[in-house]
Amino acid sequence: MYGRKVKLRFFFVLLILITLILSVFLVLKSLEENVVYFQSPTEIKVLPEIDRKKIRVGGMVKKDSISIEAKKIKFIITDFKNEINVIYSGAVPNLFSEGKGVVAEGFLKDKNFFLATKILAKHDENYMPPEVKAALEGK
Amino acid sequence: MAFGLCSSFLIILFSIKNFRDTIFFDNKIIFFTFLQFFFVVVSFLALIFSFVNSDFSNETVFNHSHTTKPLFYKISGTWGNHEGSLLLWLLVLTLFIFLFLLKSKEQPKQYRILTSLFQQIIIIGFFVFVMKTSNPFNYIFPVPNEGLGLNPILQDPALAIHPPILYLGYVGSSIIFSSTLAAIPLGYVSKDWAKHIKKWVLISWIFLTLGILLGSIWAYYELGWGGFWFWDPVENISLMPWLALTTLLHCILVLEKRTTLTSWVIVLSISTFTLSMCGTFLVRSGILNSIHTFANDPERGLFILIFLFILIFLSLFIFFFFHKTKNEKSNSFFWLSKETSILINNWFMMYFLSVVLIGTVYPIFLEVLSTEKISVGPPFYNKLIIPFMVPFLFAMAIGPKLKWIKSDLQNKLYLISFFVISFLLSIIIIRNLNIDFLINTILVTSAFYLFFITLRDFFIKKFVNLSQNIAHFGFSLLILSILFNNIFSTEIITNLKIGETFQTEKFKINFENVEEKNGKNFKAIIGKFNIENLNGKSEVLKPELRIYNQPNIVTSEADIKTNLLKDRFMTMNLVQNEDYFNIRYQVKPFMIWIWFSVLLISIGGLRSLMQKKNES
Repeated sequence: MYGRKVKLRFFFVLLILITLILSVFLVLKSLEENVVYFQSPTEIKVLPEIDRKKIRVGGMVKKDSISIEAKKIKFIITDFKNEINVIYSGAVPNLFSEGKGVVAEGFLKDKNFFLATKILAKHDENYMPPEVKAALEGK
Repeated sequence: MAFGLCSSFLIILFSIKNFRDTIFFDNKIIFFTFLQFFFVVVSFLALIFSFVNSDFSNETVFNHSHTTKPLFYKISGTWGNHEGSLLLWLLVLTLFIFLFLLKSKEQPKQYRILTSLFQQIIIIGFFVFVMKTSNPFNYIFPVPNEGLGLNPILQDPALAIHPPILYLGYVGSSIIFSSTLAAIPLGYVSKDWAKHIKKWVLISWIFLTLGILLGSIWAYYELGWGGFWFWDPVENISLMPWLALTTLLHCILVLEKRTTLTSWVIVLSISTFTLSMCGTFLVRSGILNSIHTFANDPERGLFILIFLFILIFLSLFIFFFFHKTKNEKSNSFFWLSKETSILINNWFMMYFLSVVLIGTVYPIFLEVLSTEKISVGPPFYNKLIIPFMVPFLFAMAIGPKLKWIKSDLQNKLYLISFFVISFLLSIIIIRNLNIDFLINTILVTSAFYLFFITLRDFFIKKFVNLSQNIAHFGFSLLILSILFNNIFSTEIITNLKIGETFQTEKFKINFENVEEKNGKNFKAIIGKFNIENLNGKSEVLKPELRIYNQPNIVTSEADIKTNLLKDRFMTMNLVQNEDYFNIRYQVKPFMIWIWFSVLLISIGGLRSLMQKKNES
């Protein structure tokens, strides 16, 4: 009915379509698995259940809350409504200090304890991550 | 002085705009383009001059400079800010069109005029942008006595030359964009055109590669995280044009030899520049937060966005209405040929490009649509890119071996033997390590395969395709170094007081003392660490903490000891009100080979460019 060339072309287009759909599916799936959500201490407080996935918590480092030992650093992140205790062992960025904005990445132990695996670097003392700004401006 | 500059800048702009109407007379074009270029150079030099002289009546200088800053950084401060960097952008735009007109005398007249026309559209857009939203010559009164200073982490040699180099690549793609748009309506997308545009693609490709390299080196030792690539959105937006440009380069090779893939070439040239513009938009508008965001100003972002849409619309319009695919005689590809393998690798590269694009842009869209804030990290990219690296590397190894049009694989016994060798070698290396055996072996095998095959070609083929071989060899070396760097890196992060010792199975770190030292515009605290191996060898590393006076910022200076096999990398940080220093010590194998291989890749490009010049 159709010529061989048309059939070939049809298969070719089909092949491309399948590849395309497959790769889009793959990309979306791994996006879903690998994205890190950002939450403020207040948002964590109202969580219905503790998620085992990696998240980011942002806010201010509470005054007089940093304490440091050989193996770990403890501090409190606050958004001036709620706060959360953070335990971290790893390198801290230069601008990590009390009263300054911070974003910590890691896992929730429970609603009051957060095990951080990374504290994000910032480049400018006046700079505040937009997430932190939004979290502090209330919600 | 600055006031005079400002007004002269205005006059320059208006005169250039008037000149544009007369641009259709061929002799005058070059002259006016030169004039335009000359004026931009003058204003750029003037800006450098006011930076060097610390003329704080200029708002840009006031915001980004300081009298105690070393001279070198006063100069580099010129493009270390939003206004100055846009002037640099403009400078490169005009430089390229000027060079283009000089170098393309043998090309058809209409084509040159049209190219210059499209380039002028871009230039006008940026002139208006600079004037309206970010004039570098704004005058402030009363004149302040002292400037606000440059962010200290920008005060670094690698980063001082990173913007100009990167811009040459980034903005250089504009000329490819303009000339492609010019070539479409004239039906000039042909072998001759490919030969001529290839030079320009190579130039921007080389500079873009070097620019990314410099940025990466800087991030390695200045940000103190000890990595060279973070999949940060800002890095991604430089990688995307690079991927598009690399693909374009390969397509043009096909176009040069056989008149096929014309639509591909056009789409790629358009998308390269569009991606560059997108990058500028994302960075300058403050949507992506990074060191490149000098100031968050929605107006600026909006302007670039509108301009971007106009350009995309214009180029798509031209593409659809003027591009007529001439009935290409030999459009069908035989499955086993050089062009098929190039096409396959192009698909892979397009796939990598879309992964990076989605990873960068998706969080932005999600935030706009649902106010949910997410970030996409390295696992996403690793998962989606690494598996496809394997066939990519194999195709890269075998592709160049194939002939144009139609080929077979007879007499290629060495292809198989090399495969066996690389496979065995990888097994030996990976076997004793505590890592995922299957994936790593396959990856290392494919990288070794490309490595050996390109290495063999250096000896067998001598000077045939040398540039391509250098670049491909560089790429295999890059992948190998990255793999081994990931597999064999070790890292220790701990908190130590002065005098304490940290002991591991293989070595101990002895924190001996700290001393203070004064630099020109900073005060440094230098730690002294003695790292002792079990076999008694010891080494001293001295990471620094610098407290800059203006602006008042603390930065860590990593101390890195490099040799051919590995880097020892150390940073320290002081946590507020405590005696503890936060120490990060890393042993990173093959770091220098990563830098070297990227350099090799661009040398490959450079060789190809030189060769072209010798021939013509």
